[in-house]
Amino acid sequence: MRYYFSEFKEGMLIAFQAIRANKMRSVLTTLGIVIGIVSVTLMGTAIEGLDRAFNKSIAAIGADVLYVQKWPWGGGHDWWTIRNRKDIRIQHAKVIERQATLAKSVSPVTATRRNVKYERKVVESVVIMGTDADFTETSGATIAFGRFLTPAEADGGRPVCALGSEVAVNLFPNENPIGKVVKVGNYAYRVVGVFDKQGSFLGMESLDNRVYVPINRFFKEFMSGRGGISVFVKAASLQQVDDAKEEVRGILRKARGLKPKQQDDFAINQQEIIIQTFNTIGVVIAGVGLFITGLSLFVGGIGIMNIMFVSVTERTREIGIRKAIGAPRRTILAQFLMESAALCLFGGLIGIAIAFPLSLIIDQVLPTAMPLSIVGIALLVSVIVGVVSGFLPAYRASRLDPVEALRYE
Amino acid sequence: MSTMIKLDSISKTYHMGEEDVHALQGLHLELQRNQYVAIMGPSGSGKSTLMNIIGCLDTPTSGLYELNGINVSEMNDNQLAKIRNKEIGFVFQTFNLLARSDVLHNVELPLIYGGVASAERKRLARESIERVGLTDRAHHKPNELSGGQRQRVAIARALVTHPSILLADEPTGNLDSKTGEEIMGLFDILHREGNTIILVTHEEDIAAHAHRIVRIRDGKVERDEPNKKRKVVTIPSTVMA
Repeated sequence: MRYYFSEFKEGMLIAFQAIRANKMRSVLTTLGIVIGIVSVTLMGTAIEGLDRAFNKSIAAIGADVLYVQKWPWGGGHDWWTIRNRKDIRIQHAKVIERQATLAKSVSPVTATRRNVKYERKVVESVVIMGTDADFTETSGATIAFGRFLTPAEADGGRPVCALGSEVAVNLFPNENPIGKVVKVGNYAYRVVGVFDKQGSFLGMESLDNRVYVPINRFFKEFMSGRGGISVFVKAASLQQVDDAKEEVRGILRKARGLKPKQQDDFAINQQEIIIQTFNTIGVVIAGVGLFITGLSLFVGGIGIMNIMFVSVTERTREIGIRKAIGAPRRTILAQFLMESAALCLFGGLIGIAIAFPLSLIIDQVLPTAMPLSIVGIALLVSVIVGVVSGFLPAYRASRLDPVEALRYE
Repeated sequence: MSTMIKLDSISKTYHMGEEDVHALQGLHLELQRNQYVAIMGPSGSGKSTLMNIIGCLDTPTSGLYELNGINVSEMNDNQLAKIRNKEIGFVFQTFNLLARSDVLHNVELPLIYGGVASAERKRLARESIERVGLTDRAHHKPNELSGGQRQRVAIARALVTHPSILLADEPTGNLDSKTGEEIMGLFDILHREGNTIILVTHEEDIAAHAHRIVRIRDGKVERDEPNKKRKVVTIPSTVMA
């Protein structure tokens, strides 16, 4: 035990002497590791940020909402089978609304895109959502001013609409939009309310670039042919989501005349599926990202290996001396491994010192923080890179013949 | 006197490309404790090979080598390293000190590999440095020392483990004759203190310090006789300063 400690101390001493004696070379060699560690830690930090952004977005959608749709979320389904399913129709929404006891609110939802005009201003390709008066309750979206569609307006298919905040700002930069008439596609609608800003889902499509109209009017004015709809079902509580899902499933199976052995011909989607899908994507992104950044670490490791070979050759005579006075192979091996590991650890520390301020810049774009675990992993990885890339040179050193080594000029 | 080294029919063959070089060919040699022996021979005689084998840096192709009654001729690398550490003290022509380490650390080194605890190590190293008269240089680097001082550091390092044999390979080869004489004076003292010394040299002058001279030629002992006209150095005061 004591012997190993002395040996370790001696090894560290030699390592630091060697690094100090070749300052320039050590710094240049370690640059590869520095770059590798910087990119790996930044990638880790970015992935962490992506995770956070996703969790934030997902929270905005609401965890207690079921989405009854023809298409299941996430991949891996037989496209043709699903395409041939019967559409979800408004009567299904009505059946659910009537029968479901575990649903707090139910809204049929359908969407298309149209340009929206007010006087000379046009917002192109706005998502037009046809829904009913319960939508605010179902989705959790809130009205900033004015009001949402009343049940009478919604069921009666009155030409009224509520604007998403982005549409409102673009069409009415200096005016109060309430009571104004906008043209949605070719049809006139009176604005009754404006939504609060909702942000965007994972930075993809803004939830604020929308106009909400009564679904009955939507069918007449925007629905070409027969399209299906989605039904949003908000469960009575978060704890009852699973029960609500089963209940809705039973109701729909009956409504769509499915026999007990037949499979569902509809999907009840949940955020969980998005989470699963995202996690799958996230793992792929992380894997690919870390693989690519790992390559730079690999290149850095080769640099270390190269310089360790040089170091061993340069110090052949020293190795000979140490062997002559009794250093066993293991000690020589350990000595060079320690030197290589120390070199890489040194690089890792510099890398983290550089990556940390850079992560603060990433934080501006994608709110994140360098996780402590990444710092630990980065340091561990640099030591491992050192040991792995130092192994071959160290092994060669440990096998040197002392007679030859002492004779080496 | 007990037998310390027993070499029986030692042969060593090197393969140099297609050719086999027979550096040693059935050499016999016995050495007793506290002998002071010079091994002499022209270059190519096999004396370096013999020194490497005696010093456990190399193993013979055939033959038996017993050191203190232990057969070392078939030991592996790590076992030999242990023997070198405990039993052999090397003094080289080129000193072979670690350039980046100070005198104390250089002398301590064999004890580190011998697993001696730090405090004990320091004590033994200082004691050994004192024996060669370099106490005030303990924290100097080798490049801050003269050739003679460096060789004395090497001797201190060789002595620090109290080895069975002090094996000196042309110890004065890189020194001027005055400094060389000082070093030889130091060997005389060490011999008188009970150390066994093997001196490998091709200089008659240096070999003259030994009590017994073994001459090697063509990988065999050519002559082995007591040194009748032994040279005694009157030790200059500087040596044990």
